Amino acid sequence: MVEPLLLFDALLGLAIVALAVAVLTVHDRFAMIVLFIVFGLMSALAWVRLSAPDVALAEAAIGTGLTGALLLTTLHHIRAAPAAPVPVPGGVVVANLGLCALIFGGLAFAFLLTPLQAPGLAPAVAQNMAASGVGHPVTAVLLNFRAYDTLMEVVVLLAAIVAVWMVERGTVQAPAPVLGEIYRGFSRLALPAIVVIGSYLLWVGAQAPGGAFQGGAVLAAVGLLLLLGRLYRPQPAHRPFARAGFVLGTAVFAGVALLVAGGGRLPFEYPAAHAKTLILLIEGMVTISIAVTLAALFHGREPEAVPVSEKSE
Amino acid sequence: MTSGLIFGLTGIAVFAIGLFGALVMVEPLRRVLALKLCSVGAGFLLVVGAWREPPEAPDPVPHALVITGIVVMISATAVALALIRRLHMLERDTDD
Amino acid sequence: MLLDLLALALIAVGAFFFVAGTIGLLRFPDTLCRLHALTKADGLGLGLTCLGVALLAGTAGEVVRIVLIWFFVATSSAVCGHLIARHVRRAANAGGR
Repeated sequence: MVEPLLLFDALLGLAIVALAVAVLTVHDRFAMIVLFIVFGLMSALAWVRLSAPDVALAEAAIGTGLTGALLLTTLHHIRAAPAAPVPVPGGVVVANLGLCALIFGGLAFAFLLTPLQAPGLAPAVAQNMAASGVGHPVTAVLLNFRAYDTLMEVVVLLAAIVAVWMVERGTVQAPAPVLGEIYRGFSRLALPAIVVIGSYLLWVGAQAPGGAFQGGAVLAAVGLLLLLGRLYRPQPAHRPFARAGFVLGTAVFAGVALLVAGGGRLPFEYPAAHAKTLILLIEGMVTISIAVTLAALFHGREPEAVPVSEKSE
Repeated sequence: MTSGLIFGLTGIAVFAIGLFGALVMVEPLRRVLALKLCSVGAGFLLVVGAWREPPEAPDPVPHALVITGIVVMISATAVALALIRRLHMLERDTDD
Repeated sequence: MLLDLLALALIAVGAFFFVAGTIGLLRFPDTLCRLHALTKADGLGLGLTCLGVALLAGTAGEVVRIVLIWFFVATSSAVCGHLIARHVRRAANAGGR
């Protein structure tokens, strides 16, 4: 007797592998990106089946939604020239195929021999939950037990926007298409709702799946809607505000760590009475930074004096 | 046969497919997507490592690692895409 | 028990409409026909599925969330359909000139 949900898992797994193959083999680049978005959503569904709703939310919002938007806007900019691909020699393809099959075989062999469902770090986390200041284990790990990782992650995001602004300095990009009245009406309807949903995700992260990254990604969608609907146009004068937004999360995160560190405590060893307040403060500021940074990554180059091509609409 | 086993093998397959794509594909955009596939495959393995048969709660530490990985990956993707846009512009200017 | 069966029936009918819409997407000849199949059938499928899930929901708060999800998915898919159709029409106009 096969359990019906296991059958579902097997079908989902096959669909995910087939989508991964399709992403690499489909000829049309637009179809490639759409298939990748479907692939990401299916992976998020698989992670829900593996009882990892936090990861599924992050993958759906950041790994699929915002990454998809970044890919599509890049495709819009580079669509002009479908570069004639230099064909890879058949021998190289076969050699690499053999290599990857070998890697798959080796990894699968190792995986099948690994004892699954070992105790891991779950008991240690469960023991210290009371001291963490929040009720949701994933948030406790992200913002308390392994807060260094999360701080570095925010720094990586900061480095990414610095790199993107440097790389694209002085470039003129194709203006985004005008999307019309119905789209504007929709974005006016959706904007307040997205702000509420993003804030809710941030707040509920203390007790249930959600948190700064998922909330920040949803709030970044506000920026995308505003940019796409031309409801907001970045101006050179806004750069200081954008920079303040990028740095805010890192600064508050590091500042709290340093302030807590005095008096014989380590960085991130929050005093138990204030743990929840401090975590919420960090999460709130990090959420703002993530939202601003992701929206800026979507926009690409740093706002400069309006180029001629955009004036003439 | 468990969900963990099925999705673990799925993750390894996706990783291998992504690796193959990253090695063989010529188009820069497709190569970035291949690397994304690799990262999702690695995420699958971590989530499977955290998984416990349902009534038991999963291990939260790998979950936090995967969330960190997803944010790092979008940062890397954004920089790669900016480089692709810049490269495209330079190539176009040389052609003129 | 009766409620469970009713919910099951609603979700099954909803899934049927999704399948029908997907077949339309795969089989119809051009973009506008495909959109026609997709937006209509999926809109109905989405409504039925949400209704079925709402019957199974435990608390009033969950029902409210499901209704909100239905509202926003339905609106955004309608707007997406409109945007795609608009793009197709413009592309056709630009090609005809």
